[in-house]
Amino acid sequence: MIGAIRLRAGMRRRPDRFRLVTAAISVASPAVLVAIVVVLYQEAAPAVTSFGARFLVTSSWNPVTVNFGALPFIYGTVVTSAIAIAIALPVGIAVAMVLTEPGAAGVRGAVGTGIELLAAIPSVVYGIWALYVLAPFLYVHVEAPLSARLGFIGFLSGPPRQTSLFTASVVLAVMILPTLSAVSRDVVRAVPKGLRESSIALGATWWETNRKVILPAARAGIFGATVLALGRALGETIAVTMVIGNRPEIPASIFSPGYTLASVIANEFTEATGQIYPAALVELGLVLILVTFTVNIAALLLVRRTAARST
Amino acid sequence: MIRGRNHWRRFKNTAAISAIYALTGIALVPLALVLWYTIAKGFPAASHLDFYLNVERPVGIAGAGVAHAIAGTAIMVGLASLLAIPVGVVSGVHLAEYAAGRWASWVRLASDVLVGAPSIAIGLFAYVLLVAPQHHFSGLSGAIALAVLMLPVVIRTTEGAVGLIPSSLRESGLALGLPRWRVALQLVLPAAAPGVITGALLAIARAAGETAPLLFTGFGNRFWNLDPSQPMAALPLVVFHDALTPYPALQEQAWGAALVLVVLVLVINLASRWVLRRQIRLAGQL
Repeated sequence: MIGAIRLRAGMRRRPDRFRLVTAAISVASPAVLVAIVVVLYQEAAPAVTSFGARFLVTSSWNPVTVNFGALPFIYGTVVTSAIAIAIALPVGIAVAMVLTEPGAAGVRGAVGTGIELLAAIPSVVYGIWALYVLAPFLYVHVEAPLSARLGFIGFLSGPPRQTSLFTASVVLAVMILPTLSAVSRDVVRAVPKGLRESSIALGATWWETNRKVILPAARAGIFGATVLALGRALGETIAVTMVIGNRPEIPASIFSPGYTLASVIANEFTEATGQIYPAALVELGLVLILVTFTVNIAALLLVRRTAARST
Repeated sequence: MIRGRNHWRRFKNTAAISAIYALTGIALVPLALVLWYTIAKGFPAASHLDFYLNVERPVGIAGAGVAHAIAGTAIMVGLASLLAIPVGVVSGVHLAEYAAGRWASWVRLASDVLVGAPSIAIGLFAYVLLVAPQHHFSGLSGAIALAVLMLPVVIRTTEGAVGLIPSSLRESGLALGLPRWRVALQLVLPAAAPGVITGALLAIARAAGETAPLLFTGFGNRFWNLDPSQPMAALPLVVFHDALTPYPALQEQAWGAALVLVVLVLVINLASRWVLRRQIRLAGQL
């Protein structure tokens, strides 16, 4: 009897080989993550050493004189992402509220499926649709009238164009909507049921319950969802490349063509010759990936904190 | 007085509900428009049998098709699946079975960050790793880039599916004296199979639609090629390149390829939802 107990105690101390083997295989994902940053840094090294920190704050992009600055691309990336968030956020929160509403199961199922299909459509399909359908529509019905009437405002001034920062932002808004509404739905759902029930028991209407109880409780999580969607918007490449106009300048107007970090890499990398030019493009990729990683980690912490607090 | 206030509150409530349903309706408008235009504009090209049998032809010559791109997408996504799915499933099983471990939390964080990595940067990574040393583009490098994209999706969905299996199943296996690896691989994993398959299908659908990682890896090819060591065509690349040309015939071909791509991706997605529904029903019985 005592022998048997000793034997079992001895067995327990034996290393769990299954755990070790699976842990060794699961190295793949962190290893790839680290390798991406290291490999891109090495490849970008010629540009990093020749331009230094100046790379991030100057706006010339001239392959002939080998003079490169990332500012127009950083500007285009930030502006399109910000406008996309501004458009998508109210819609995303509304969808999340509908999806978490008890009852109306039929509507909920249809909306949920629709949003998931929206996430499934490939980027390049949004791109071709935006180029041939959305861009002409926005030009005629939004850009031209707005710039004709409100053209005295700086960011609406100048001759509008079909391929512009604004068109790219609208496509991005559509593309980040699934992320925004799915994550918001999860954090709103994590708000304890008791809060909703107590509020309704006190006589609050549906709107008062949502606006004054549910949304404040889920605020940090919705902010996290927004940041996660921002990460998606910053890195989105193909659809934006097809409609942003590809001009390496900082335009005054959002109706003018611009450029983003991802789209300049997509367009110019296969044509880049010499040593510095490709390295400068890789450095843009490095900037992009470091920014998206930071944004994503921040978002994960925010979402996780709200989910943890509510349980 | 109070009555008036309650009327006002009720009015605000109705107005807010209408606004929220209206916004939700707006959210679904782009889906309808994208699907409608892809079908309407893609149908003329995609309705010919030639489209699925022939390769691209010079502008002005009839009978062009995208067979080479369909084959290229199938080969690159297939190779990527062979790389990413086994590694991803084993990693996901580790995350679910040893969820509390410190290593598991690192892998989880890395996978969550990798999911959000810009696909263009993954393309650059595969270029530097494979294309630059070999001095030519190849289907294999495209497959590696797609595998990097698929890996975190497979890991996280596998973890979710395996985590749903009640611990009583594990305990009964261990109580019968089975070693942990047999419990995990022969008892828990088969029970979670539908969820794992769902994750794999979603990853495949995502990889099949990606363009950015293939721009400097698979690169595209106008000719028939099944050799992964050579540049390889893919459906998304055909859409991207042909859509930006000024030739109406090529633009029509781009829309046709977009329609094929959308049908492919949506069919895989609907199939995965069907599998997932079975999983939920099965898990309820355990």
